[in-house]
Amino acid sequence: MSFFSWAWDWITTSANWSGSGSIPQQLLAHLGYSGLPFLIAAVIALPLGVAAGHTGRGGAAVASLANVWRAIPTLGLLVMLVVLLGFSPLTWLLPLVVLAIPPILVNSYEGVAGVDRDVRDAAKGAGMTTVQQVLHVELPIALPLILVGLRTAAVFVVATATIAAYIGLGGLGRFIIDGLASNEYGPVAGGALLVVILAVLVLILFAVISRLTVPAGLRKQGRPE
Amino acid sequence: MIWSWIPGNGALIWQLTYENAYLGVVPALIGLVISLPLGVAAARWRWVQPPVLTVVNVIYAIPALALFIALIPSLGLTDTNVVVALTLYSLCVITPNVAAGLRAVPPPVRQAATAMGFGAARRLLTVELPLAGPVIIAGLRVAVVSGISLASVGQLIGVASLGYLFIDGEQRSFPTEIYTGLVLVIALALACDLVLIGVRRVLTPWGALS
Repeated sequence: MSFFSWAWDWITTSANWSGSGSIPQQLLAHLGYSGLPFLIAAVIALPLGVAAGHTGRGGAAVASLANVWRAIPTLGLLVMLVVLLGFSPLTWLLPLVVLAIPPILVNSYEGVAGVDRDVRDAAKGAGMTTVQQVLHVELPIALPLILVGLRTAAVFVVATATIAAYIGLGGLGRFIIDGLASNEYGPVAGGALLVVILAVLVLILFAVISRLTVPAGLRKQGRPE
Repeated sequence: MIWSWIPGNGALIWQLTYENAYLGVVPALIGLVISLPLGVAAARWRWVQPPVLTVVNVIYAIPALALFIALIPSLGLTDTNVVVALTLYSLCVITPNVAAGLRAVPPPVRQAATAMGFGAARRLLTVELPLAGPVIIAGLRVAVVSGISLASVGQLIGVASLGYLFIDGEQRSFPTEIYTGLVLVIALALACDLVLIGVRRVLTPWGALS
């Protein structure tokens, strides 16, 4: 049997759709486990990235942070916190927030720092205050890149929240970890497929958001060439 | 932190580090080889680019653990499983860079090569690819660094890597082992990154085209 037939058989078994620890319940839990760290990361990283991009300071720090960040194994960070803190909310929040911050930070920095000099000068020349320059000129122009950063972070968090089940939390990873432990491939494949579907839905959601929010004149710019 | 644990388990640690390096670096190199023709096609024919980028984005959205699992029926719980999965990710990172690097080659450079009598293949190999080199290597660096870090997740399906130190350390509530794993994964990734920076300096001293 292939991955898909295992996954499909398991997902379409009606018993898996009701009761405690059912698919809908774990799906909701998964959204919670990924949504909260994503929001926290956005609240921290977006203002920082925009501020750094606006002032043009801290570019080197942002770039090297992005590099080191990819090297951090989330699983390692997670088990380290389990051993140090036990099962507190910080234990699962911290690794996911750490995971989500750099893409948001780097892209919002790059987006705002990359705004054309002439455009900035024009905004200043038209008498805009700093806040107006940032909100009405730099942010809209940087929006395509900012959305790429938010999308990357959201996808990473949704994907990685799976590992949180390893330390005993709920979410779709529960099916995977429990299935692996009891040598049942059905829930393992089914859980994995559901995570993939969720991640792809996040991609689609961001495609729709960018379609709706990016100014028409900039749409071409968001794409390569 | 119990320092004496580290020399006491030197052989194990060394073996796991080697495994982890293998699982991180080999997929990136295979990915590079496959990405070159894909990226060349994407740069050359405009219509190839959007479908390639979409596929790449979707593959990159698949969690590593899910991808390892999806490959179990065909590849089992083997090194090959992790290598294939990480190769797919590295394609996602390197292919767009190959295409972007080639597109950034200024038309006058291309025209000059043509005027000197270079055919399409020779122009690609001796002019365009070398100029795209820094951007391609930048993609390779991302693939290697994230590959080394992701390889540790392979431990969850039983493929040995430094991830063993995480799982074992957690089960035994032994922080020293986890710290050792964390430090080694990050150090290994950064060391490989430095090597690639060196390779870029030697191979393409001209730096990236803006």
